[in-house]
Amino acid sequence: MTNTLEISNLSKSYKGFHLNNVSLNLPTGYIMGLIGPNGAGKTTIIKIIMNLVMKQAGSVKVFRMDHQAQEVAIKKRIGFVYDTPAFYAHLNLKQLKNVVAPFYENWDDTVFNDLVNRFNLPINKSLKKFSRGMTMKASIAIALSHHADFIIMDEPTSGLDPVVRREMLDFLRGIMQDENKSILFSSHVTSDIEQAADYITYVNDGRVVFSKTKDEVNEAYALVKGGNDLLDDDTKKSLIAVRSGDYGFEGLTADLKASKKIFGDKAVYDKASLEDIMFFHNLQLKNAHQ
Amino acid sequence: MKIIISNSSPEPIYEQIAKQIKSQIIAGDLEEGAALPSIRKLAQELHISVITTKRAYEELEKEGFIDTVAGKGTFVAIQNKEMLREKKMKSIEDQMTDMVSEAQKMGISLEELQEMLLILYSSDD
Repeated sequence: MTNTLEISNLSKSYKGFHLNNVSLNLPTGYIMGLIGPNGAGKTTIIKIIMNLVMKQAGSVKVFRMDHQAQEVAIKKRIGFVYDTPAFYAHLNLKQLKNVVAPFYENWDDTVFNDLVNRFNLPINKSLKKFSRGMTMKASIAIALSHHADFIIMDEPTSGLDPVVRREMLDFLRGIMQDENKSILFSSHVTSDIEQAADYITYVNDGRVVFSKTKDEVNEAYALVKGGNDLLDDDTKKSLIAVRSGDYGFEGLTADLKASKKIFGDKAVYDKASLEDIMFFHNLQLKNAHQ
Repeated sequence: MKIIISNSSPEPIYEQIAKQIKSQIIAGDLEEGAALPSIRKLAQELHISVITTKRAYEELEKEGFIDTVAGKGTFVAIQNKEMLREKKMKSIEDQMTDMVSEAQKMGISLEELQEMLLILYSSDD
């Protein structure tokens, strides 16, 4: 299995923010979802891949090429969708296409027209009159009309209503019928990732908490619930973080099997959603800072 | 082929898929040599990860229910009906072994057990 994207030990510091030793691999033919709270470092990672922000340490390889040394060769094969599309608002979609198309050798008008029809986009309407959903669809149509092998999207579903959001995710899944394509997209909406991603990379506070297949995440993580009498210093250690109240506790485990051995049938085990996983990891982080 | 996935089931999704395909093969609803959808097609249809469908197919392949021919696709394995039946019999036998040992632990006699079986067998359906 070859990797479309390989990031190792990537670091970058801003005032008050550190991206710390980020490593991840995205195998060709799969979708990776990048989740994390706002300000976790998702956009910085994406900007570094695109070489829009300079890294300070580490390496980034796209299609097994260095992202800086072979930037031009790489970018021809990337479709990039920004979170806030920077369009020339006074243009219409047709004019915008005419501006962008000449930059790509592989630009394909048939694909573009097909996407415009599929997304129901008006070709002659000024872009500044587009709704948020239409703007997003327009930037996707622009980004995907040159047969890109690697699609990078920063918050592609933000500000979209649930119906359009579904359409978008279905559309991404459709692209993946071609096993030579790969997609990296970031979102702070966990249901997007749960629906569309094959790999989940969770970033918090500038670090990768985990980067795993969705199945691995679903099988390893679980919520453990039980009476407070089950909790002592030892059993607590097996949980990532615990929230306990007057009537019992709830904690997150990253190793369901081990927890079952420790708590036995006195505790209840529930599926952990990505939201649960994020919440408890965040709680752990907060506890560590105290 | 019919596959229905439950997200609230504690059973992993790949197992749900493998099980359902398996029982359709055993029941003869999926015939020998029939083509199965590609892992990517199936993932798209079921709205699940390619990794999950891949794992389900790998499971089925390991157990000899399906064959993947590189560049051609995935097909229901040509197997002998006798062997399928034998596999099913073996699984029933295993379950009966568990049942018998549970019954013995609880001091249930063979007669009682037979009676229970008789009731269940004739009432089922």
